[in-house]
Amino acid sequence: MARIIASVNCSHVPAIGAAWDQGKTQTPYWAPIFKGFDFSKKWIADLKPDVVILVYNDHASAFSLEIIPTFALGCAAEFPPADEGWGPRPVPVVKGHPELASHIAQSVILDEFDLTVVNKMAVDHGLTVPLSLMFGQPKEWPCKVIPLPVNVVVFPPPTGNRCYNFGKAIRKAVESYPEDLRVVIFGTGGMSHQLQGPRAGLINSKFDKSFLDNLVKNPKKVAKIPFIEYVREAGSEAIELVMWLISRGALHDDVREVYRFYHVPSSNTALGHLILENKTRKALARKRK
Amino acid sequence: MAAKKKAARPSKGRREPIKGFDDVPGTTLFDMQRARVGYHLNMFCMSLMKAENRAEFKADEAAYLRKFPMTDEQRDAVLKRDWNRMIWNGGNVYFLSKLFSSDGLSFQYVAAEMTGLTQEQYAEMMLKGGRSIAGNRSKSEQMKRG
Repeated sequence: MARIIASVNCSHVPAIGAAWDQGKTQTPYWAPIFKGFDFSKKWIADLKPDVVILVYNDHASAFSLEIIPTFALGCAAEFPPADEGWGPRPVPVVKGHPELASHIAQSVILDEFDLTVVNKMAVDHGLTVPLSLMFGQPKEWPCKVIPLPVNVVVFPPPTGNRCYNFGKAIRKAVESYPEDLRVVIFGTGGMSHQLQGPRAGLINSKFDKSFLDNLVKNPKKVAKIPFIEYVREAGSEAIELVMWLISRGALHDDVREVYRFYHVPSSNTALGHLILENKTRKALARKRK
Repeated sequence: MAAKKKAARPSKGRREPIKGFDDVPGTTLFDMQRARVGYHLNMFCMSLMKAENRAEFKADEAAYLRKFPMTDEQRDAVLKRDWNRMIWNGGNVYFLSKLFSSDGLSFQYVAAEMTGLTQEQYAEMMLKGGRSIAGNRSKSEQMKRG
């Protein structure tokens, strides 16, 4: 049977992708950020997941204002990198897992999470930047990736509580899939940032750190944070953090914090990164050997 | 100048979708009503994802804008690259990014402009930890303090 064994959270700042693609990873500005993912790259290389479910938001690339799905799931066999106005990122085509994705869609819809099935979609920096941070620059991404875009651009996005419960439904769906697959779920975006208006540039490290602490130990409390608190305290674009609750809901209540990294600034944004494992993960790895 | 910009805000009579949103200073939340008002402005920006449309826009900006059923106010804000005014009139920064990218401008440049700082000043502020939350939480709080 398939299992979600761990989660990865990280920001998906587009400038990070540009820094990768332009070979700027060793400049004084970017070096500390990429160094912050040295551990993570090794961790995921050792873990060798079969599938990544990647929760992110599209930034007016695949979805314009014509169609605004609150939750969508990429069920295609592959997803090309999007042209966001300056040509597609030079990264591999993302290979999906249509069988598992379709199974998840069916299961969560029966559990009353009516997501939108997407069979043709380009994926933008929201999805490819986390892959670059975790896997570097391989010729092919080392595992299958199921894109899960969430609307956080047009208010209201789904509530934190809805996201948290959606994560639980995803866990149930994965665990009812018969094939023995190791799945890691990514929840991306955030942390504090505001990209618009006279208050642009807002950073609130205190909010971010408390969010990280509570996400690990008390996710139910985080699930209750109202929209206005994200916007007021951490900036209009910090609302992306609700997506971290999807990945958190997909893990057990009791988790092990494996790694944390926090850095300001990354362009306009506070970059946060967290790796959590279910406590059963080690036992499961032994069993597999 | 500031008074003129204020008059351009279409938010008068707007029903706040969630209590407190309009109290956050220097912030225009892109809610369903603003997405409706800004639909054609944002779809114009989307059209700039195609090279041939960018070329047509650059050749005659005003003529290209007339192809979209936008308000004159929205068109004027685009022609003047008044980013805050575009946002007040239903623009969203991820859509506007298609416009400023085709101008060769970065997110940081435009963010700086929206805050009234030079890009250097803005970058310096970010390096020092960003804009502080202290004093930036609430309009009513700012009013009280004067």
